[in-house]
Amino acid sequence: MKKRARAGHSIQTFEKATAATAHYVLRLYVTGSTPNSNRAIANVRKICEEHLLGKYDLEVVDLSLHPTLAQGEQILAAPTLIKKLPLPLRRFIGDMSQTECILLGLDLRKVD
Amino acid sequence: MEKTIQPTDVQPGIPKAPTGIEGLDEITCGGLPAGRPTLVCGEAGCGKTMLAMEFLVRGATEFGEPGVFMMFEENASDLTANVRSLGFDLAKLERKKQIRLDFVHIERREIQETGEYDLEGLFIRLGHAIDTIGAKRVVLDTIEALFAGLPNHAILRSELRRLFRWLKDRGMTAVITGERGEHSLTRFGLEEYVADCVLVLDQRVQEQISTRRLRVLKYRGSVHGTNEYPFLIGARGLSVMPITSLQLNHKASADRILTGIVRLDEMLGGKGVYRGSSVLVTGSSGTGKSSLAAKFIDAACRRGERALVFAYEESPAQLLRNMRSIGIHLGPWVAKGLLQIHSSRPTMQGLEEHLVVMHDLVRAFQPSVMVVDPISNLTLDSRETEVKPMLMRLIDFLKQQQITSLFTSLAIGGGPTPEDSQLGVSSLMDTWLLLRNVEFNGERNRTIYVLKSRGMAHSNQVREFILSDKGIDLVDVYLGGDRVLTGTARAAQEAQERAATELRVRDHRRKVEQLTSKRRAIDAQIAALHAQAESETAEVDFAIAQETLQAETSQSNIMAMARMRGGRIGDNGRTKGKQ
Repeated sequence: MKKRARAGHSIQTFEKATAATAHYVLRLYVTGSTPNSNRAIANVRKICEEHLLGKYDLEVVDLSLHPTLAQGEQILAAPTLIKKLPLPLRRFIGDMSQTECILLGLDLRKVD
Repeated sequence: MEKTIQPTDVQPGIPKAPTGIEGLDEITCGGLPAGRPTLVCGEAGCGKTMLAMEFLVRGATEFGEPGVFMMFEENASDLTANVRSLGFDLAKLERKKQIRLDFVHIERREIQETGEYDLEGLFIRLGHAIDTIGAKRVVLDTIEALFAGLPNHAILRSELRRLFRWLKDRGMTAVITGERGEHSLTRFGLEEYVADCVLVLDQRVQEQISTRRLRVLKYRGSVHGTNEYPFLIGARGLSVMPITSLQLNHKASADRILTGIVRLDEMLGGKGVYRGSSVLVTGSSGTGKSSLAAKFIDAACRRGERALVFAYEESPAQLLRNMRSIGIHLGPWVAKGLLQIHSSRPTMQGLEEHLVVMHDLVRAFQPSVMVVDPISNLTLDSRETEVKPMLMRLIDFLKQQQITSLFTSLAIGGGPTPEDSQLGVSSLMDTWLLLRNVEFNGERNRTIYVLKSRGMAHSNQVREFILSDKGIDLVDVYLGGDRVLTGTARAAQEAQERAATELRVRDHRRKVEQLTSKRRAIDAQIAALHAQAESETAEVDFAIAQETLQAETSQSNIMAMARMRGGRIGDNGRTKGKQ
């Protein structure tokens, strides 16, 4: 847990703190066991273990087994990772190989 | 309630899925290619979504082919509300599992690309929707919206290619809509992937009147109409003009119908015009075009046939009143339901839309006679090049339905002869009656003649056309010298003729009488001469008798003297006496 208490930027600091302490609800939608699916599952698990240990909830859904979810969750591309909580909702599409990009999207990295 | 469509010339070739859209199946000779994707492109607001939706709804309700509507721009409730105006109840169709709606929402801001991906999610979604209702048809309404939502166009393109192939493999008859691009048919070049059939929609404003048009740009493996066809989004969905456009193979009836004007029928070979033919009546203002049309209608209604009138100058009430004034009572026919009069302002819609309205009404009313009074008002603002094809389609349609049509047209001065002003449309007409004003001797009179009438012997004579409170009558004009006389001039001339004839008759009688009396005089003379001759003969006889007597007397005297003197009668004496 990295706390950065800096003078000023109080709001930003607060947000960061919130993000850092929030519980993450993540859903990863894949389609069967394609290379992309497999890579995405591995990559997401790795990121969660490294950065969100103990405060995340990841569910991997195979759309080919649950096709109705595709419409309900507005899934188009596969694999898709949806960050349901904390808000705002974010979607990541791809094999989740660009770790930095995901960390940014999960508000785990400060924008430089 | 499946409907079988029977286009007159379905080519043996690729199987087709009828759209059920009025006119479109005729243009495409049976419908869209079955089991293949069709691209429908055009600018915003030109009716792509409506066309796609009608294709789907009609497929589900009329042809037993359920369909999936996947939309990328509008959401399902908006779309449901929008098409309710066409009488499509999507909610009900969805409940009955005939149609399935899926709104694909993409929010660019939410999406982040992190490596390789594909659109398998979309495939699964679509596949699931198809399987749920057993769909045979699919609509992807502006799938190009994906290009705005997904930054990696290379992936998107290859996935779209895969999608269309996948649809084809699954045997889906698909309609894919696309927004028109600046340099290409669609903004992102979808036409590259959907190559089987491409329809282009277009909305244009001309002379402040907007018209939607449809064109079949391409149709692999099938003949199709290549023109631009106007279409209308009406109360019952789309209506593409024309209904029959590709063929010129309508039946030609040998049945003739009377025009209602006896002398005119006489001019047309005594039997009137052919059923299903088209009649053009032209003339300048006040030549009696509408009256002639009214008589035509009246005759049809008298036969118990239905007549449909499109009046572009008069309201129905005005038309009825005016025709009453010349003894044509149309009111009862309206009351009986044999006659329908539709009046509207020509400027209310474009020509095409008027014609679409005509189609709809003709289909609904099924008349056997139709009158457009006048057609020239419709064509007033339009260019001739547009008018002709439109009229051609209308006339084709009417002929197909065996409806006899009569069009009046105002001849606007300009050309050297009235014939010139109608060059564009006249060639489409089977019979052309020309009404003309003849101004002479301080009055105007109407004349009529048959300029042409296909397929029948017809009079080449000009007749005078008389409108009175007893109706319409045609009389022979006076043809004398080098002029055709009508009206009072004709009457005057005729009176003059009569006087002259009378005079001649009297003169003749007088001459005969003279001759008779002369003859009588001669006879008398002859009698007198006879009498004279007789008297002269008598005189001569008398003279001879006298002479003879004298001679005899003198002879007997000589003999008596001789006897007295005792001498002989000599030869001299006899000779002498004989002399």
